[in-house]
Amino acid sequence: MSTISTTPPSAWPAGRPRSKAARRVRETFIMAGLIGCGAFSIATTLTIIVILGVEAFHFFRLDEVSFWDFITGTKWSPLLGAEKHFGVLPLVSGTLLVTAVAMVFALPLGLITAIWLSEYAKPKVRAVIKPVLEVLAGIPTVVFGFFALTVITPGLRWLHEGFNVYNAASAGLAVGVMCLPIVTSLSEDALRAVPRSLREGAYGLGATRFEVSIKVVTPAALSGIIAAFLLAIARAVGETMIVSLAAGNAPSMTVDPRSQVQTMTGYMVQIFLGDASNFGPEYYSSYAVAATLFVMTLLLTVIGHQIRVRYRQVYE
Amino acid sequence: MNDTAIKHAQPRGGRFFRDNLFVLICLFAAGVCIATLGVLLASILIQGVEHLDGRLLSNPPSRKPDKAGIYPAMIGTIYICSVCAFTAIPLGIGTAVLLEEFKPGNRTLARLHGFVQLNITNLAGVPSVVYGILGLTAFVEMFKLLGNAGDPIWTLGTTDNWYYVQLPFGRGVLAGGLTLMLVVLPIIIISSQEALRAVPNSLRHGALALGATRCQMVWNTTLPAAIPGIMTGTILAMSRAIGEAAPILIIAGIVYITFTPDHLMDDFTAMPLQIYDWAGRPQEAFHRVAASGILVLMAILLTFNAAAVIIRQKFQR
Amino acid sequence: MNQTSPTLDPPPRPSDTHARDGHGMPVDKAAPAIEVAHFNSWYGDFHALQDLNMIIPEKRVTAFIGPSGCGKSTFLRWINRMNDLVPSARAEGTLKLHGQDLLDKSTDVVELRRHVGMVFQKPNPFPKTIYDNVAFGPRLHLKMSRAELDQVVERSLRSAALWDEVKDRLRTPALSLSGGQQQRLCIARAIAVGPSVLLMDEPCSALDPRSTAAIEDLMAELRNDYTIAIVTHNMQQASRASDYSAFMYQGVLVEFGPTHKIFTNPNNEQTQNYITGRFG
Repeated sequence: MSTISTTPPSAWPAGRPRSKAARRVRETFIMAGLIGCGAFSIATTLTIIVILGVEAFHFFRLDEVSFWDFITGTKWSPLLGAEKHFGVLPLVSGTLLVTAVAMVFALPLGLITAIWLSEYAKPKVRAVIKPVLEVLAGIPTVVFGFFALTVITPGLRWLHEGFNVYNAASAGLAVGVMCLPIVTSLSEDALRAVPRSLREGAYGLGATRFEVSIKVVTPAALSGIIAAFLLAIARAVGETMIVSLAAGNAPSMTVDPRSQVQTMTGYMVQIFLGDASNFGPEYYSSYAVAATLFVMTLLLTVIGHQIRVRYRQVYE
Repeated sequence: MNDTAIKHAQPRGGRFFRDNLFVLICLFAAGVCIATLGVLLASILIQGVEHLDGRLLSNPPSRKPDKAGIYPAMIGTIYICSVCAFTAIPLGIGTAVLLEEFKPGNRTLARLHGFVQLNITNLAGVPSVVYGILGLTAFVEMFKLLGNAGDPIWTLGTTDNWYYVQLPFGRGVLAGGLTLMLVVLPIIIISSQEALRAVPNSLRHGALALGATRCQMVWNTTLPAAIPGIMTGTILAMSRAIGEAAPILIIAGIVYITFTPDHLMDDFTAMPLQIYDWAGRPQEAFHRVAASGILVLMAILLTFNAAAVIIRQKFQR
Repeated sequence: MNQTSPTLDPPPRPSDTHARDGHGMPVDKAAPAIEVAHFNSWYGDFHALQDLNMIIPEKRVTAFIGPSGCGKSTFLRWINRMNDLVPSARAEGTLKLHGQDLLDKSTDVVELRRHVGMVFQKPNPFPKTIYDNVAFGPRLHLKMSRAELDQVVERSLRSAALWDEVKDRLRTPALSLSGGQQQRLCIARAIAVGPSVLLMDEPCSALDPRSTAAIEDLMAELRNDYTIAIVTHNMQQASRASDYSAFMYQGVLVEFGPTHKIFTNPNNEQTQNYITGRFG
């Protein structure tokens, strides 16, 4: 290490120079700590993959299970009956049914609210709607579950007698309410990222506000909106407490939202709450289900994120 | 050109009608949002207000709805959230600083850097119930490599010490808190990154030009400037931790606990679990207890959110 | 430390050009502070600086002028190695400060920046108090008693001609100062670490005329103690405030010499055209 010899102007109050060696040691430790932090997140992901992979592998090695039956089987009865069936499709269909109900509620409502907030609403109105969405976003999911069970379900049953006490529609609506803030805020981000000049161009041609919003701004923000939708779907697929309270515990291949279903997350809760022993096929099956869930949400998040990154680049 | 000429051009079919109709639809959508929140809060308030009294706050859970209280669950929540805060905040800020302030120039390292960033985005999308399974395997059972929790291979202190630690952890406060840490870590990282990104580069350059090292720059300049943003994000992440139920459910299960945890390995329950338990019971009376529990939980969360808002506004320049 | 730099034709010394200009001015005896020889720099594939040769004299104000994008800021940022922050930037050739090769791998950049202070285009005080801003550098590098630190802060603020305006409110936030005061605070902050060279990257471009005048007066004071290199777009400023001027165009140093000569009788036609406002 070389030093630069220069004479400071006039006699400068000297002070004692701080030890460079000590600084170097200290900063080496800090860097090691920071790199450790970064490594921790990688380790978390790896551990998730290894745990789910290994335990799911155990599961598929069992005599009563085959991988093919798992991904194509339409019967899921790991706990009851002499012959256990491990076909994951009923759980997947239950998850998708709840998600579908949630999205039918949340996507249009969220998107329209987002367009309104971004294109129409005056600051005063925004000052009302934004906190409402923030409060909704901050409500714990168990509260939505309780809401589904004590308000939505009785309401649905009052409308139509066909609804089961536990049903996919009720859980789905509650999940939809939960997803609403996500859809709205992410879509609004996308809409606001559309440059002003595009809007002004359209207004300059004599378009109405509606035409500008629907024919110019929304298409321009489409990829961001799709990303928002995918991320919301991922949240709905992974939601646990609402479905475990309100959707029921009966795995079935049904598209009837009035009936009881079981989702992948609901099954995991059921197993880990002690309905099964700490070993045996039903215990390991939960890892296989978790792996399926993990892969589904991972795909949705990765695709959603990639789209989001790409559209951001377009306007920056 | 005069006014009448323009006016003549105006009434062209449904264009303006459609514009107005869309405004109505928008108002309806926004109305649904507000009404949903209103109905949700009102229903909980109506159901819960009856049971909301001193007994709820001081009693343990009970088989009788009148006597049921949330005290052990509140203490449990405080314990696990403390563990979560003490681990997640340093880890999260550290990762954010690494990602934002130490961007490597070297191509291989830059790729690794991008990989860590992508990884954190993905972790944020992992369902919390999966973190529960991770916590169960990694913390509670320690991959079944270290025996079982009933017969630990290593202990520190005795069950009389609050800091009692054993390996494997078992279904205790520490395992629960660490699992929560996994859940909120990506949230803290991402919000801290945003706060750091909002610090203007001119401050960084100013510090470096005075002969500060990168570490000194971060510690003396960037972090102080980003602290309000980091605090806001962290508080919101902690309120997520307080309300999170699924991972804790897998770690702790539904246990009937009438005492508060004595040490880090002790069994615990948390407010969302207690609420889940009450909400899942068939008796109407317990639903009302659940609603009162929710009111307590929401009051705590509201305090946290208010704190975040105040910090955000106080430091907004 | 000795570098085995390739043997070069000696770059024109300012004193030489001065002696030859024949205006009857006294020959400048300034010692060389920064030697630049066959200096090249790139951003990725873009050849930003091409074969620069000059000697920046000690305790003089040297102005770098030229149209936007000509590389003058880039050059300034090599002198304290701020370009290290740009991953694609690299440089070759000789760049020596008091005989020390600045591009050498063994050069401690952190140490270098103590000796070469920098003032930026936009004032960038830290969101701290006035006192803490000035004390920032000394605290990093030196262990000092309270009294010593107070002394450094006072001297630095006096040197930056700011002391009288802020002495009663050292503990108030620096951001409450006016733009011109903030810029002088940044100069004080740079002076407080005891540099020998001050780099100023368009220090007045964000300031009003009065504050600009204050900074120019300040530079006239500071040149007694510091070697100052300033990048400016303002021709009047260069002619008023500098002793030497370097005119750069598209990454090439077109002309370097005493300011009065550059502005009255440049050797190069391009310089002439730029000075008279025919382009740029």
